[in-house]
Amino acid sequence: MRSSIASIAILARLTLREALRRRLLWALVGLTALIVALTWWGFSRISDASPVSGPVQELGVSQVTVMLAFMFSFVLAMTAVFAGSPAIGPDIENGLLLAILARPVRRSEVLLGRWLGLAIVLVAYAIVAGYLELGAVALATGYVAVDPLIAPVYLAGESLVLLTLAIVLSTRVASVAGGAMAVVAFGLAWMAGVMGGVGEAFNSDVLRWAGIAARLILPSDTLWRGAADGLTPAEEVLRSAGIANADLYRFSPFSGTAPGPLWLVWCVVWVVGALAIGILLLRGREL
Amino acid sequence: MTGAAGGAGSVAGGVGSAAGGVGSAAAERIARGAAEAPAHGFAIETHALRKEFGRIVALSGLTMNVPRGEVFGFLGPNGAGKTTAVKLLLGLSRATSGCGGVLGAPLGDVAARRRIGYLPELFRYQGWMAAREVLALHCELARLPRAAWPPEIQAALELVGLADRADDRTETFSKGMQQRLGLAVALLGRPDLVILDEPTSALDPVGRQDVRRIIGALRDRGATVFLNSHLLTEVERVCDRVAIVDRGGVVAELTMADLAQERGLSVRATGLGSLAREVAARYGPTRIDGEWLFVDGIAEADVPALVGELVARGGAIHAVVPTHQTLEQRFLSLLGAPPGAPGPGGSAPPEAQGPGETAPPDREAR
Repeated sequence: MRSSIASIAILARLTLREALRRRLLWALVGLTALIVALTWWGFSRISDASPVSGPVQELGVSQVTVMLAFMFSFVLAMTAVFAGSPAIGPDIENGLLLAILARPVRRSEVLLGRWLGLAIVLVAYAIVAGYLELGAVALATGYVAVDPLIAPVYLAGESLVLLTLAIVLSTRVASVAGGAMAVVAFGLAWMAGVMGGVGEAFNSDVLRWAGIAARLILPSDTLWRGAADGLTPAEEVLRSAGIANADLYRFSPFSGTAPGPLWLVWCVVWVVGALAIGILLLRGREL
Repeated sequence: MTGAAGGAGSVAGGVGSAAGGVGSAAAERIARGAAEAPAHGFAIETHALRKEFGRIVALSGLTMNVPRGEVFGFLGPNGAGKTTAVKLLLGLSRATSGCGGVLGAPLGDVAARRRIGYLPELFRYQGWMAAREVLALHCELARLPRAAWPPEIQAALELVGLADRADDRTETFSKGMQQRLGLAVALLGRPDLVILDEPTSALDPVGRQDVRRIIGALRDRGATVFLNSHLLTEVERVCDRVAIVDRGGVVAELTMADLAQERGLSVRATGLGSLAREVAARYGPTRIDGEWLFVDGIAEADVPALVGELVARGGAIHAVVPTHQTLEQRFLSLLGAPPGAPGPGGSAPPEAQGPGETAPPDREAR
């Protein structure tokens, strides 16, 4: 067990070093700085140029914030997919793994080490960049959502789900194909989540169950909804802004719902289960 | 190769067969694992090792024993199953059936890999790392004590001639340099067993000479070297023992000493006609190719008598060349050499010879 942990740590460190050397981290830091600056500038303009004020302006700012978060979630998802898709397959094809696995290292340790290294990069990026962006919004507009601290955490979780999916696919599918599959799955899960929201709003069992099924198959949307919920204005703001039926507000594709504990447990189980499947797939693959 | 396999020069069948008392005993011994492995036993043991990829049989029942401390050549044509066998030995692939052990541990044993160095046929290392960093990574993966890393790395770099490029990224390396780096990786930690899969495929003649020197040094310190190659002249120069594989099984095994003993004589004689064959046939299997008369297996002591008899019958002797069979000739004969190709007692035409040359065409002059 200790040996396994040591191997996973070695390979996670190797992955982190690779991310640093290949300038992935620096690219993310640079882009984040740029986006945060643009966010501050853009929201400052909104605040200055807005013809409305009070709850309506607050609602507007909250909607733009959620949309920004959605775009950030998309960037995170793409980063997770593009980082995870080539994590295993190309190393097998070009022979890198042959030299590593000839050492006292198991295939499962390679997969978990790669996952851990990339997970650390993604989570750090999601948390730091997420808080910086929300800080820029608060600085520019004074708007603070109901639970802004939780949103980047959910976004980090969403990126972990997609990273896991991409890495599992990379054990058997070529990088480009695996990446495309993961992106399509992400998009479908989001759309299914929107349809599930519509089902909730209009009390349609079929749509509701379709949404639930999609969240079970790929829980990325569950976590996105959690992030969006954290950025949603308080009910009194909604009412003050003239939205009498808060439930109907959930119809919006950019609205959110905090996932219950069972859904969060399912997310963890899903990630663990997917990694286990990935290990089995990698074990069965001929090198 | 010893044990379940036959004696030197034995062909197919018995060598690779799965059943039999000896084979079962070997399987039991392998199954007992490292605890009872003799210190001076076999570095590698396999019994009826079989590997299938769907309907393709890559290995059809490999049975072999590689003694510790020897340089063992594993030869075969492309697609014979050599690399598959290496991957099974290292636990990089799982056998469909059969069993085996490496350094006294069952195949695939993770801990045993600490004592194995491996240069893959498809060698590739992290391009974003410097050579020294790649070696440090492998020191860590091999669980070498951290204090041992710097001297190990420096020694390996110097041994393969990369000391002056140690801090350059490997993506700037030529293929030959990458292969040298792979060799350095394989040598880290003074492994008991070094498995080299086509170690000179990207090297120039100087590099090949270096590899031969390194293999010699490994043998001198008691390590076992498993050399997988189809470069027969390289193998012949460095190996103590070879196994020839084809279609997933061992077709022959022999020591270099066995090969050297398979001597013959080539005589360039004129003025005898068919009489030459009659005379020579009394000394061994004979054939004639133009002016060249070939006699296989003739004893060294009989050479003067043969030459004297040929002269007595009116023959003019232009050259007398003692020969021995080369590994390549044995290899080609075992694998069914195409017509015209040289082989033991074969009939390769002396087209390579120019006027005045006296070297016999199909055997190596000693």
